[in-house]
Amino acid sequence: MELVVSLGIGTLVAGGIWLVLRERSFSVVLGLTLMSYAANLFIFVGGRLGSVAPPLSFEGHGALADPLPHALVLTAIVISFGMTAYLVALALRAVAETGSDRVDGP
Amino acid sequence: MTQLPILPVLVPLVAAILMLALHKAGPVLARGLGFLSVGILALVSVLLLRQADGGTVLVVNLGNWPAPFGIAFVADRLSVLMVSITTLIAIPALLSATGGTDRKGPHFHVFFQMQLAGLNGAFLTGDLFNLFVFFEVLLIASYGLLAHGGGAARARAGMHYVALNLVGSVLFLIALGLLYGMLGTLNLADVAQRLATVPPEDAALVRTALALLVIVFVLKSALMPLGFWLPNAYPAATAPVAALFAVLTKVGVYALLRLSSVSFEAPVAEGLLLPWLMPVALATMAVATMGALAAPRLAVVVAHLLVLSTGILAAAIAVGGVPMLAAMLYYLPHTTLVTAALFLMAGRIAEQRGPAEDRFVRAARLSGTGWLAAGFLALAVAVAGLPPLSGFLGKVMLLTAAPAGAMGYAFWTILIVSGFVAALGLARGASVIFWEPPPESLADTRVPPPAEGAGRRVGALLLAMGFVPALVLGAAPLSAYARATAEQIMARQIYIEAVLPPGRAP
Repeated sequence: MELVVSLGIGTLVAGGIWLVLRERSFSVVLGLTLMSYAANLFIFVGGRLGSVAPPLSFEGHGALADPLPHALVLTAIVISFGMTAYLVALALRAVAETGSDRVDGP
Repeated sequence: MTQLPILPVLVPLVAAILMLALHKAGPVLARGLGFLSVGILALVSVLLLRQADGGTVLVVNLGNWPAPFGIAFVADRLSVLMVSITTLIAIPALLSATGGTDRKGPHFHVFFQMQLAGLNGAFLTGDLFNLFVFFEVLLIASYGLLAHGGGAARARAGMHYVALNLVGSVLFLIALGLLYGMLGTLNLADVAQRLATVPPEDAALVRTALALLVIVFVLKSALMPLGFWLPNAYPAATAPVAALFAVLTKVGVYALLRLSSVSFEAPVAEGLLLPWLMPVALATMAVATMGALAAPRLAVVVAHLLVLSTGILAAAIAVGGVPMLAAMLYYLPHTTLVTAALFLMAGRIAEQRGPAEDRFVRAARLSGTGWLAAGFLALAVAVAGLPPLSGFLGKVMLLTAAPAGAMGYAFWTILIVSGFVAALGLARGASVIFWEPPPESLADTRVPPPAEGAGRRVGALLLAMGFVPALVLGAAPLSAYARATAEQIMARQIYIEAVLPPGRAP
C-alpha cells in the first residue's frame, strides 16, 4: 500500500515537473495542477495509511485516525484550486494581450 | 486589549469584505474604508509597539484552545516591528494609489487590504500551517495587484510570478506534510521543542522537511539561485503597488529568521542552513549589484537594490548572534522604507516623461526638477549607505558585527563595493533623467503629469521621503529596539514559554 501510494505521488510530481518546464502556458498550468495533487495526497498520507482506524472515538477501537491532515488537506485543496483558476485566467489574458501562449515571450 | 495581536489581520480583512459587499456604492467609499482601515492599523501598531517594547510577548489563542491544538497568534518584538513597517509603507502607498492608479482596474482596494491582512497574518502567526495560509492570502492579493492596470508586460510578468510562487507553495505544502508526519505538530514553539528530541531514525526526513522550508523561503525572499523573478515582476507593477511589494520579500526574510531562531539550534538541524546561507547571500548581493548597474530603467535599478538588501539581511541571518541580528533589524526597516520611497519616486518621474517613462534615455524635461532631484539625492544617499543618512548607520553596524574569517572579509568587500556600485547606478540614472537635454524634437515640450490626484501622489512621495530624516532622527530608539529584539530572538525560551506556558499539561 505504502509503495503504491508513494509511487503514485512520485509519478505525479515527476509529470508535474516535466510539464512545468514546457514552454506553453497550458502545460505549465497542467503541471502545477499535478504537483498540487501530489502535495495534497502527500499531506493526506501524512496521517498514516490504514483502513480500520475510525475518525471518531468508538467503544473497542484503540487506534484512531488523525483528523488534522484531513483538515490541512481541505485548506490546501481550496487554496490550490483557487490559485489554478487564477492562473488559467491570467494565462488567457496573457494570450489575449500578447497573442501567444509561450511562457518566455514570442 | 489582550486580543490586540489579532487586530492587524482582522481589520483589513473586514475592510476588504465591506468593500466587496458595498462595491456598488462607488470608489469613494472604498477609498474611505481603505484609509479608515490603515488608520486603525497605525493605531494598533502603536499600541502593539508599546506592549512589545515592555518585553511582553502577547499570545492570542483563537477560541481559547490551548496552544499546540488551537491557532496561536504571537506578537513578540520581531512580529510587531514587521507589522509596523508594513503599516508605515501602506500609508503612502494607499495615498499615492488614490491619486489615480486605483481607478485603472476593478477592486484595487480589496486586493490592497487583503495584501495587508496576509502580510500581518504571516508576521503574527505562531503556526507553520497558518504561515502557509497567510502566504497564500498575500500572494493571491499580490497577483491581483501586480496585474492591476493591465497591459502585456504585466500579464507576462504576472504569469511568471504566479507560476513560480505556485511551485513554491507546493514545496511548502510537501514540507509541512512531512514535518507534521514526523513531529505531529505545526505550532512553531511546539516544533522547536520536539526538534530537540527527534529519534535518529527520523532525522533524515525532518532535515528534508526543514531544507524544503528553507528553499521556499529563499524563493520568496528572492535570494540567489531563485531570485531572478523579482527584477522582472516588481517594476511591471504600478508605483504604489511596487512600494508595498518592498515588504513582500521581507516576509521571506522574516520567515527564515523565525525558522532559524526556533529550529536551527536543535541538533537534528545542525549544519543544515548556516554553512550555505552565507554563500547564497553573498552571491545574491553580487548579482544584484551587477544588475543595478546594468538596469535600463530606474524601477529596475530599485528592484535590484531590493534584492541586494535581501542578500545583506540573509547574510546577517547566516552570521547570527545578538550584535549581527541587532544590526540587521536596524537595517531592515531602513532599507524597506527607503526602497518603497524610491519606487514611488520612480513612478513620479515616469509619469512626467511620456513614452520614455523611467528608462534611461533622453526625454522631455521634468517639471519641478528642483525638489524632485533633491529628494532623489536624499533617497539615493540613504539607500546606497553613504553618510550621513540611515543607510550608513545600518551598514556600519553590519560591518562592525561581521565576523573575522574568510566569509566575514568577503561580506565586508561585497557590502562596501555594492554600496559604491549602487551609488554609481543611481547617479548614472539621475544624470540622464535630470541633466541630459531633451532631444530636439521634444525641446520645448513638457509632459504634464496627469492633473487628477497629482496632489495626493506628490503628498505620498513627500510622506515617503519623510522616512529618511525620521530614520536618522529616530536612530537611537530604533537601534535600541533592534538590539532588544535580537536579544529576545536569541533567547528562544521566551517565545516558547509564551506560547506553551510551562506547567500546563500539553
